[in-house]
Amino acid sequence: MNEPVTTLQGTAALAAMFEGAKAHDRAAFLPYFPIGYPTYDDSLAAIEAMAAEGVDGFEIGIPFSDPLADGPTIQAATQVALENGITVRRCLEAVRTLRARGVRQPMLLMGYLNPILAYGVEAYVRDAHAAGADGLIVPDLPPEEAAQVKSACEKVGLALVFLLAPTSTEARIKLVTAQATGFVYLVSVMGTTGARDHLPETLPGFVARVRAQTDKPLVLGFGIGRPEQARQAGELVDGFIVGSALVREGAHGAEAVRALAASLRRALD
Amino acid sequence: MSDHSMPAQVPDARGYYGEYGGRFVPETLMPALDELTESFQSALADPDFMGRYEHLQATYVGRPTPITYAAQLSKTLGGAQIYLKREDLAHTGAHKINNALGQALLAERMGKRRVIAETGAGQHGVASATAAALLGLDCHVYMGSVDIARQRPNVFRMKLLGAEVIPVESGSKTLKDAINEAIRDWVANVEDTFYLLGSALGPHPYPLIVRTFQSVIGIEARQQMLDEVGQLPDVCIACVGGGSNAIGLFHAFRDDDAVDLIGVEAGGLGIPSGEHAARFADPNLGRPGVLHGTRSFVLQDADGQIRETHSVSAGLDYASVGPEHAYLRDMERAFYTTATDEEALAAFQTLCRQEGIIPALESSHAVAEAIKRAPTMPKDAIILVNLSGRGDKDLDTVIHEIGEDA
Ligand SMILES: Cc1ncc(COP(=O)(O)O)c(C=O)c1O
Repeated sequence: MNEPVTTLQGTAALAAMFEGAKAHDRAAFLPYFPIGYPTYDDSLAAIEAMAAEGVDGFEIGIPFSDPLADGPTIQAATQVALENGITVRRCLEAVRTLRARGVRQPMLLMGYLNPILAYGVEAYVRDAHAAGADGLIVPDLPPEEAAQVKSACEKVGLALVFLLAPTSTEARIKLVTAQATGFVYLVSVMGTTGARDHLPETLPGFVARVRAQTDKPLVLGFGIGRPEQARQAGELVDGFIVGSALVREGAHGAEAVRALAASLRRALD
Repeated sequence: MSDHSMPAQVPDARGYYGEYGGRFVPETLMPALDELTESFQSALADPDFMGRYEHLQATYVGRPTPITYAAQLSKTLGGAQIYLKREDLAHTGAHKINNALGQALLAERMGKRRVIAETGAGQHGVASATAAALLGLDCHVYMGSVDIARQRPNVFRMKLLGAEVIPVESGSKTLKDAINEAIRDWVANVEDTFYLLGSALGPHPYPLIVRTFQSVIGIEARQQMLDEVGQLPDVCIACVGGGSNAIGLFHAFRDDDAVDLIGVEAGGLGIPSGEHAARFADPNLGRPGVLHGTRSFVLQDADGQIRETHSVSAGLDYASVGPEHAYLRDMERAFYTTATDEEALAAFQTLCRQEGIIPALESSHAVAEAIKRAPTMPKDAIILVNLSGRGDKDLDTVIHEIGEDA
């Protein structure tokens, strides 16, 4: 069977992703995985294995020396990646390689601002687009500071995702939902990334506050790592991201990552 | 008329000093920074708050600190006359208490009973622990394990003062990593926690808050020079880690065009070695970037990864610098130079012998610049050095560097 090769990229590809998931009456599942952990080849193998399990999209982690929104698991993994000599250029090459190997799901580059500035904002967005990426998530870039990145993304149609947190005020929810393209990233917990035992009880209230102000897709991240949490998240929002739990499996190889991704994916059916 | 095209007011409403500053933090913290900005502005406008701050500065910190004429040192060097602003005589032994006390009062006013702080040399940690003890706040201090090893007396001091010292093992295990951990703590506990940031850096409004509480240094020193010496200094010199003691001194002199403002960064093992913390002096490694929530000069590699820094003084060992310094440098209102570890250690010993003052290794960088500069200046010229702290905390390091027989 020849599936039609999708030519959609950027915000259009993300919109199609959410529609596809919705058509099956489920939320989209976007795994996070950093390039270069535990090695460059292993990270690509892990992402390819998850792609084959039918996950909906990816957050591709770009290592940074000072990842202040990340908890110990991702800090340690991205530190290993840096010790492996991973650069921004290498991460873009990884996206290109994954596309060449047939990974079709949308990919968002998740990385901190300073390496983007060092690369050059315009060049980064252009090269990310050329490599086949669909959007950017920059955890230390609030919309107030994002004018240059945003206009570069708009030029090529890349999504620029902004985040909301349980502390966000109504005014900030209005600002962030207006500015975000692709989707709005809801940080489920107070704190850094890292798998948690339970999703917070205040989560439905937080989601409702955001939902009241926007029709854009909402994606939940931080703290999700188990099938029952995936199910729970799937009932509240349009998509969810799992990072630390998958990265932890990464130490045991691509097969272990695939197995967890498969169980999270199955929890949605 | 001013020669410098200096806007009347920096920062602007968004916390920018020219193209530097701003707010680059995770969304979780954005509302807290808005709240902090509002609380700070209302506190400044509240005579009771400022009155309490000034009362404690006088009765608890021991302000005003004097200026001391360094008679022997000036004579030996044979050029400009050197005066020292004695922040080493402030309670806890450094200028850091000016800011820690102000922010702790702000925490109390905002109803936040838990304060967190980062520390490099330990002076800001000690100052925070002290202010927290005074006001009955619960204090947690993040400190890199490398700094814990080289600043042991201050670690013990913080514990005596009732603070919890949390060792940081990530990255270079120094100030940069302590700030990362403090920010992570704040993200997790922002609702009941006040982040007591120790230098003129971080996201807006911190550089402004720190400048405001440290500006007492320059306000006093300027008046003391006029009252006691009869004229303003020709040159003001301060060491620059994050930049709080320097901005505290410089701010009162910003409109005195005839007064040169000189910041001294840590030259470490020398600029060519790459082993330093000289953000402005090394064009290969120091470029504008974003670290810890602010846009400023940052030591980084070609890929934008933050460089590990080196200085014999823990308090200057940091990859970025307060955004207002980057701005003052662009405006050519202030100039920045470096002193190496070796020059700082030599200046440390010189000040001990010639003036009977044991300076902090951080402050010794400023003294080193005065020692270089004074002989090139006429005898009626005046140099004012900010002696930001005392050196008792550094004795282990100095013994290690120069041996017990000094
Ligand atoms: C005595 C002393 N001087 C200077 C500094 C450097 O900080 P800043 O540049 O913020 O004044 C420190 C920092 O710990 C210090 O303890």
